[in-house]
Amino acid sequence: MKHTLTPQRYLILLAVMLTASVGDTLLSHGMTQVGPVTLAHLGMLLAALRNPWVITGILCLLGFFASYLTALSWADLTFVLPSTAFGYVVVALLSKFWLHETITIYRWVGILLIVCGVGFVANGPSLTEHKPVLDEAAPADEGVVTGRAQ
Amino acid sequence: MILASQMPAVHIHSGPIETWAAILTVAATAVAGDVLTAGAMRKIGDLDAIRAKAGLGGAVRAVTSSPMFLLGVLCMAVSFFSLLFTVSNVAVSLAAPASASLTFLGNAFAAKIFLKENVNRRRWMAALFVFAGVFLLAK
Repeated sequence: MKHTLTPQRYLILLAVMLTASVGDTLLSHGMTQVGPVTLAHLGMLLAALRNPWVITGILCLLGFFASYLTALSWADLTFVLPSTAFGYVVVALLSKFWLHETITIYRWVGILLIVCGVGFVANGPSLTEHKPVLDEAAPADEGVVTGRAQ
Repeated sequence: MILASQMPAVHIHSGPIETWAAILTVAATAVAGDVLTAGAMRKIGDLDAIRAKAGLGGAVRAVTSSPMFLLGVLCMAVSFFSLLFTVSNVAVSLAAPASASLTFLGNAFAAKIFLKENVNRRRWMAALFVFAGVFLLAK
């Protein structure tokens, strides 16, 4: 395992963290404006799609999925996932400072543990080097992609 | 990522076996979704390189034409709806943090077994810390 990340790839990981947490917070804020959605009033979901907070939240979550997939294309799942967990910390902080929610002592301890967890992998290699036997499949895959692209 | 605060606050009591079966179903399908998606992205290759060569459309086509990726997305959808089902039968204060934490831990095992990732001591520690941290944070 020798892979380290370029600054551009750290930016992708930052986007993974921020888009998920900001998107969730925007959705939460928008849905409190829309009101409760019940099975009897599913039409409220269409009304929610006209709320600018909800629309921005959905766009953020689409951005999250795109950056998450991009990160998985050059980094291990066990490297990317702690980064996505860091999004929980961002959500908690946004909840406190923007939505003015209370953070209990349990949540502060949880934040501390996640920060430590992310710290364990942040400076390590991002991708597992596989033996040449597995790498033999790579040219065929690349060929398929290139072929589709052309 | 689904926040506990976004879940409907329905509390219908179910037995411990049903409760944990539902939570394990949510976690197992989420792990399957993550591992299948990660496996698909590994096969497809570096998306940055594909985008540089074939543009954004080429990258989107490469991803969406992968059966493994589509299966992964299906598993994620099943996980999402099973979570909705679970929180309608189990207290959300248990279901949301337990399923999220188990998903993180399960992913570390699944990545080692199925994706052959080198899950060294650092990564195990990260998985355990995040497991505990997410549980406390989502509680």
